[in-house]
Amino acid sequence: SPQVVWDTLGNRQFCSYKITTKTQNFCRNEYNITGLCNRSSCPLANSQYATIREEKGRCYLYMKVIERAAFPRRLWERVLLSKNYEKALEEIDENLIYWPRFIRHKCKQRFTKITQYLIRIRKLTLKRQRKLVPLRRKIERREKRREEKALIAAQLDNAIEKELLERLKQDTYGDIYNFPIHAFDKALEQQDAESESESEAEREEDDDEDEDEDTDKREFVEADDSDLSDFEDMDKLETSEEELEEEEEVEEKASHSRSKGKAPLKGPATSKRTYVKIEYEEETEPATKTKAT
Amino acid sequence: GEDGAPPAPERVLFPPTFSVSEIKNKQRRHFMFLRWKQQQRKGGRGPPGGRAPPKAIPKTIENQRVYDETTVDPNDEEVAFDEATDEFAPYFNRQTVPKILITTSDRPRGRTVRFCEQLSTVIPNSHVYYRRGLALKKIIPQCIARDFTDLIVINEDRKIPNGLVLCHLPEGPTAHFRMSSVRLRKEIKRTGKEPTEHKPEVILNNFTTRLGHSIGRMFASLFPHDPQFIGRQVATFHNQRDYIFFRFHRYIFKSEKKVGIQELGPRFTLKLRSLQRGTFDSKFGEYEWIHKRREMDTSRRKFHL
Repeated sequence: SPQVVWDTLGNRQFCSYKITTKTQNFCRNEYNITGLCNRSSCPLANSQYATIREEKGRCYLYMKVIERAAFPRRLWERVLLSKNYEKALEEIDENLIYWPRFIRHKCKQRFTKITQYLIRIRKLTLKRQRKLVPLRRKIERREKRREEKALIAAQLDNAIEKELLERLKQDTYGDIYNFPIHAFDKALEQQDAESESESEAEREEDDDEDEDEDTDKREFVEADDSDLSDFEDMDKLETSEEELEEEEEVEEKASHSRSKGKAPLKGPATSKRTYVKIEYEEETEPATKTKAT
Repeated sequence: GEDGAPPAPERVLFPPTFSVSEIKNKQRRHFMFLRWKQQQRKGGRGPPGGRAPPKAIPKTIENQRVYDETTVDPNDEEVAFDEATDEFAPYFNRQTVPKILITTSDRPRGRTVRFCEQLSTVIPNSHVYYRRGLALKKIIPQCIARDFTDLIVINEDRKIPNGLVLCHLPEGPTAHFRMSSVRLRKEIKRTGKEPTEHKPEVILNNFTTRLGHSIGRMFASLFPHDPQFIGRQVATFHNQRDYIFFRFHRYIFKSEKKVGIQELGPRFTLKLRSLQRGTFDSKFGEYEWIHKRREMDTSRRKFHL
């Protein structure tokens, strides 16, 4: 009869536990000892059969004999194996004495495998577990969309540029950049009506102070013409003179970025130049053009 | 159009309750709609009234934001006092120099590793270490012993970084963020620039509430106190609607009214999930703020940072 079972189910007709793949056939039956679909491993096609199964960390030996083939409820006899590995192997041997070699061998192999993976489980639970948090699709979509909207609303480039310009105005950069021509312009324009005489007085004072220091620098006037032409405030030569003077004062203290005084509006070029040519440009300072007038 | 229209529709035009959609007669309704459309195109609201109402200020979510009672007033003394005595005070008093440890979760994939490397070029004085299965609780005492001030753990899922844990070390607060839209350097369209070794400046935008303030200070304490302006690099943390956008740029002042920026360095966005008082302890930690979806996400105009 088991032979008949195998002839029909195993080889020819349909077996619901059988899974075929390109290279091998597997058996999904829970009582199967090797997991493959073979004549000797099929629990349906063998009247005398044994397996090892584990439940909640304890291993059991299941046995099926032909005497009980008529009683499906009592078909599988279950024996609890001891936790001790060697002892359990002895128990298997004891219970499966006089059983075919194949089943005994495979039972022990399966038992070994099961104990190994149980040990691994216990070890892993002691280590940090990776917690899987399920994503909620709706919420993910919502968050993504809100982030996009927030990005658009943020206008990052503008915000950063504004902040940087603010910092420039607040003078956090100190003397690195020598831009504040416009600021001086506006300030002077505002004060023109009120304190013109004051500014003239300042100019004279500045002249006196700077005279000794700037005499050398005033010689190199002609070289700066081309740069001066870059100024947007060409029409306001007087004011630009003053600004240059004041800038020079500041620059002397700073002692770098002198070339900025030449053409502060040529941003990229000059800023690069300063880093490289700081030493060279100390002497060739821009002087005010028509100081004498 | 229908010239043979009865005088009744003429009456209908003027009362304020006129609406084209309420006319039952389809032909008539269509006609009125076309006429209304023409008037719209001509730039008037139609025969009644003279000119259009004055342009109103558009409502934006930022305008309509629910006022948060924990918004920090710049002159608030209590806040100033708090900030002088909180965990970041040593940094802001220049007593400590930031030293950052960057690590990942277990078994990082290539993208995360590259992101960590790029992040370490952005943050000066930072070191990347592989995790190799070490428990955070054991790493932290070692870090403190070696004088690290901050610990950054980048969590990874399915080969992309998706979370960031920022832990200020000597007993500092721990912030847990969700990270999204991470762009590595090569994915940002630009003409091949690398950040230099100069210390960048830091810009923190829009951190208005108390919570936002503390998070902002956390970010500020990652960077050394004195930026090198020569380097012209700036790291920006911009908070908008509870999303913190991180960008790293190089800037150039073309004139005093114009500045050009060029993006280098990675970019990512963060969303705060929780802020915890002590160092990293997910089970027994004292949480100062957790994002609770059911309570906090109910209003679209309410933000917490």
